[in-house]
Amino acid sequence: MVELDAAAWSAIWLTLKLASLTTVLLLVLATPLAWWLSQTRSRWRAPLSALVTLPLVLPPTVLGFYLLVLMGPEGALGSLTTALGWGTLSFSFGGLLIGSIIFSLPFAVQPIQHAFEAIGRRPLEVAATLRASSLDAFFSVALPLARPGLLTAAILSFAHTVGEFGVVLMIGGNIPGRTRVLSTQIYGHVEAMEYSQAHWLAAGMVLFSFLVLLSLALLRRQGGNVLR
Amino acid sequence: MKFRPSLARLRTPVAAAVLMLVGLGASAAELSVAVAANFTAPMQKIAAAFEQTSGHRLALAFGATGKFYAQIKHGAPFTVLLAADAATPARLEEEGLAVAGSRFTYAIGKLVLWSRQAELLGEGKDEGKKVLSKGEFAHLAIADPKLAPYGAAAMQTLTRLGLADALQSRLVYGESIGQAYQFVASGNAELGFVALAQVLEDGKLRAGSAWMVPDQLYEPIRQDALILRNGSEQAAAAELLEFLRSSTAQDIIRAYGYGL
Repeated sequence: MVELDAAAWSAIWLTLKLASLTTVLLLVLATPLAWWLSQTRSRWRAPLSALVTLPLVLPPTVLGFYLLVLMGPEGALGSLTTALGWGTLSFSFGGLLIGSIIFSLPFAVQPIQHAFEAIGRRPLEVAATLRASSLDAFFSVALPLARPGLLTAAILSFAHTVGEFGVVLMIGGNIPGRTRVLSTQIYGHVEAMEYSQAHWLAAGMVLFSFLVLLSLALLRRQGGNVLR
Repeated sequence: MKFRPSLARLRTPVAAAVLMLVGLGASAAELSVAVAANFTAPMQKIAAAFEQTSGHRLALAFGATGKFYAQIKHGAPFTVLLAADAATPARLEEEGLAVAGSRFTYAIGKLVLWSRQAELLGEGKDEGKKVLSKGEFAHLAIADPKLAPYGAAAMQTLTRLGLADALQSRLVYGESIGQAYQFVASGNAELGFVALAQVLEDGKLRAGSAWMVPDQLYEPIRQDALILRNGSEQAAAAELLEFLRSSTAQDIIRAYGYGL
């Protein structure tokens, strides 16, 4: 059995940190967005919905390339962060975090939005007749009812970030301990023809992804019983 | 029953077409060629010239040599490889995946320190060392030394300049020399070690400023080509390798800053 070296552990740790932070931030960002998308009749709904879904269909390298340009000193984001004295975001953990959030946005928004839509208008109308403010209704009615959607969103965002490659490769610069995550580490091993290290990490990743999806499927089957 | 007469009528033209295709195949072949990413621009020109003189067709795939190695090992249908190093072709030959004795150096890669800023790197022989040791930059892009020969050459340069440790924390790694170039071209890294061929056009620097890394600072980047097992039966593959040694091809190779 091959022992995992320090570089592998560092990549694993960084990947878990990136995936956890991405998931937390995505839930905070995606929940209000999904709520708005599920409730609004605005004519901006369709274009915004399409925009949110875009990272799902774009090749990650395309997304990564645009992020690289955007974060560069002449890009919109880069000139902003430089003006604020933060320097540019590329090749930093913060940059990876932003990239991951954008990359996994549809995986968070869609399950939550569907969960909100499945509730229908009735429970909220009932809450309104009981004089709950709309904010109160959101937190004590809509959010608890949408819990399965939130959980799905969290699991998918986490797993998707762990499996992220193209975006990280483009904007990360593959710096050990800072932006070298598991997927780029595996890629490096494969490219360097170090197939046995690559196999160990890759097999671990396959197993992890399978377990995540299995737990998701089990949670779904048990449905509301466990979650509500 | 009804179809028989029409089938019979078809037989002659179909046979003629098949014969024509076979005939074409004998004189004009299509070769799939794996080409190291750093050699993309010159190879496109060389391929055009080769197609014109030979009548053969080339299907070019550009990429990392390490990736090609893995693909060739697992049955990729390439007939010729133009690698970015000498080690990979040697290994392929040793493993019986290539035609023994067909290997030769088609170009010697030159390393350059490049910046998009026009004024950053002045002329002077020691200019690069000066700018690197002054350290007025946040990021220095290189290709991953483990994966790319140009990355290994960049690392040797930094080591021989005595700057490897000092600059370690500012290094960002491209998976290939193409990505290292992209980091610098997009302005995300102020400086980077790239292939001279990437920043040269018609013998002139395309943009920004550059410092030619002196030859004694890194081991020569010998780029070898060879015929792969799939190409052993194809006369066109040997013709292509022959063409790479012709003066037409060598002029193109030199114009992109490669040594020969």
